[in-house]
Amino acid sequence: MNPIETPKQYSDYVDKKSPNSPIIKNCLIAFLIGGLICSIGQIIFDFCKYKGMEETPSNTVVSIVLIGIAAFLTGLNIFNKIGKIAGAGSLVPITGFANSIVSPAIEYKSEGYIMGVGGKMFTVAGPVLVFGISTSVIIGIICVLFNCS
Amino acid sequence: MHKLGKQTLHFDNPPTIIETASIVGPKESEGPMAGYFDQCLDDEFWGEKTWEKAESKIIKETVNMAIAKSSISSADIDFCFAGDLLNQCISSSFGLREINIPFFGVFGACSTFVESMCLGSVFLESGAAKNVICATSSHFCSAEKQFRFPLELGNQRPPSAQWTVTGSGAAILSSNGNGPFITHITPGKIIDMGIKNANNMGAAMAPAAFDTLITHFEDTGRKPSYYDVIVTGDLGHIGKEIMQDLCKTKGYNINSNYDDCGVLIFDKSEQDTHSGGSGCACIGSVFSGYFFKQLRDKKINKILLIATGALMNSTSSQQGESIPGIAHAIAIENERI
Amino acid sequence: MDFIQSIDWMQMLRCFIVGGIICIIGQILIDKTKLTPARILVVFVTAGAILGGLGIYKYIIDFAGCGATVPLTGFGANLAKGAIEETQNSGLLGAFIGGVKSSAGGIAAAVFFGYLASLISKPKMKKQ
Repeated sequence: MNPIETPKQYSDYVDKKSPNSPIIKNCLIAFLIGGLICSIGQIIFDFCKYKGMEETPSNTVVSIVLIGIAAFLTGLNIFNKIGKIAGAGSLVPITGFANSIVSPAIEYKSEGYIMGVGGKMFTVAGPVLVFGISTSVIIGIICVLFNCS
Repeated sequence: MHKLGKQTLHFDNPPTIIETASIVGPKESEGPMAGYFDQCLDDEFWGEKTWEKAESKIIKETVNMAIAKSSISSADIDFCFAGDLLNQCISSSFGLREINIPFFGVFGACSTFVESMCLGSVFLESGAAKNVICATSSHFCSAEKQFRFPLELGNQRPPSAQWTVTGSGAAILSSNGNGPFITHITPGKIIDMGIKNANNMGAAMAPAAFDTLITHFEDTGRKPSYYDVIVTGDLGHIGKEIMQDLCKTKGYNINSNYDDCGVLIFDKSEQDTHSGGSGCACIGSVFSGYFFKQLRDKKINKILLIATGALMNSTSSQQGESIPGIAHAIAIENERI
Repeated sequence: MDFIQSIDWMQMLRCFIVGGIICIIGQILIDKTKLTPARILVVFVTAGAILGGLGIYKYIIDFAGCGATVPLTGFGANLAKGAIEETQNSGLLGAFIGGVKSSAGGIAAAVFFGYLASLISKPKMKKQ
């Protein structure tokens, strides 16, 4: 047995000792569930088009419906079970964004509706809006500066 | 009371553990230790509105149960030592605000149970107290909420993650009694080997447990085979293996009589708890429920109890700090030394 | 029944595969980098916004439809697309208005449903 005395030696040893996530299995499940959620979105989208809606509002309807379903399943304590199995398959689609807003809202209800639900709602998803919106503003400014249209 | 070696105290009139009590949550009630606990709950809320209130109720009822089971009244208990994981130890202080016993709030993360017993036994040995009660609690839901993510978040737990035990353990220590005796305590140093992964607590705490164990052997001149059981608090499956490997590097073989409460409390394959149990209540409930009864029935006679703690909070891990570990050991024996 | 017949199944297959592949990228990030969920979401939305800003992401949308718009990269690309389009109408002001305007429905839905869920639901223990 090699000596384990420095943090470096220890960290290398721990990395070897700790089991890895079953990445192949996880990826396969993420692929199937993620693909399924996108396909459900596609059916909603096709239905909107079938009813004569334009493309942009159809996409918004898809987002709203999927967010609604994810929020509903989160409220029923079902989404975390799906997420445990699906991993990125339910996190990366817009459902994961909805879950990350709804879950702290429910969890912090015990701290009241203003500071609990209202204040903590964006503890997980807040960064998504901060970085997403900031990036879009920067892109818009660049667009104006270089007259890209 | 006198000091042995670097950091071990030997008690000349060793305090007796006269009674213990344990209450655990529903998941622990499905585990292999279920039959030993005094009370198993079937609802994590236990009729309360919040996780925090539920945890307070668990520690309060555990303390009351320990007092009720013992032959002494609460008026005869001089001091209470208790702590938990929630910010500023609110479970203990809220749960025990009505017991009318002078109270010391103790924070040693998951090492709190043994830390409380160390402090309590020094009080007894010094003559400052005749009886003390030591208690601790943890709750999966309140710990997840404070340290990790909301319960409803659909995230995956990595294989090295541990499951916080819902429950509580309490022990009444007395200067009069016929054992089991606390003969030695070895309070541990803070040891940081640079582990930053909050999902691998066993690896962060194992070096501290190792340091305390080796120091205990060096200070007392004892060997691993002296004890019937050496048990750590919540290193879990990964931490337990690391502990065995670390001991091997120093020439100590602990494989035959060493176990970990985080490994014992859950069935890894059935309960999907990944690397095992963690939290203050892990060693608290397993010692109070199982090992104490084994000692009292003389099925085991010498045990070294090492509680391990990870001294971090959510701010320190967000700031990228490594996780310092600590481990306190007490030797409990049926014979006075 | 007309609706069922109108579904383009090849489009559905492309959507399934591309959506699945984007999720696989996320899963590899989770398992290999130990990033927390919040960080994964930020990586995806930012990557989507940049790809959208560079005009690349719209080809993926043309190919895969909801397989590209439903993942958070699509949310990011939509933010960028909105900002660019709005600058054509209102100049610099558009850079600030466009992004949120184009994704307002999703954001408002998430906030509203989150609030609604907190009214009717109560946290519950994870069983596993």
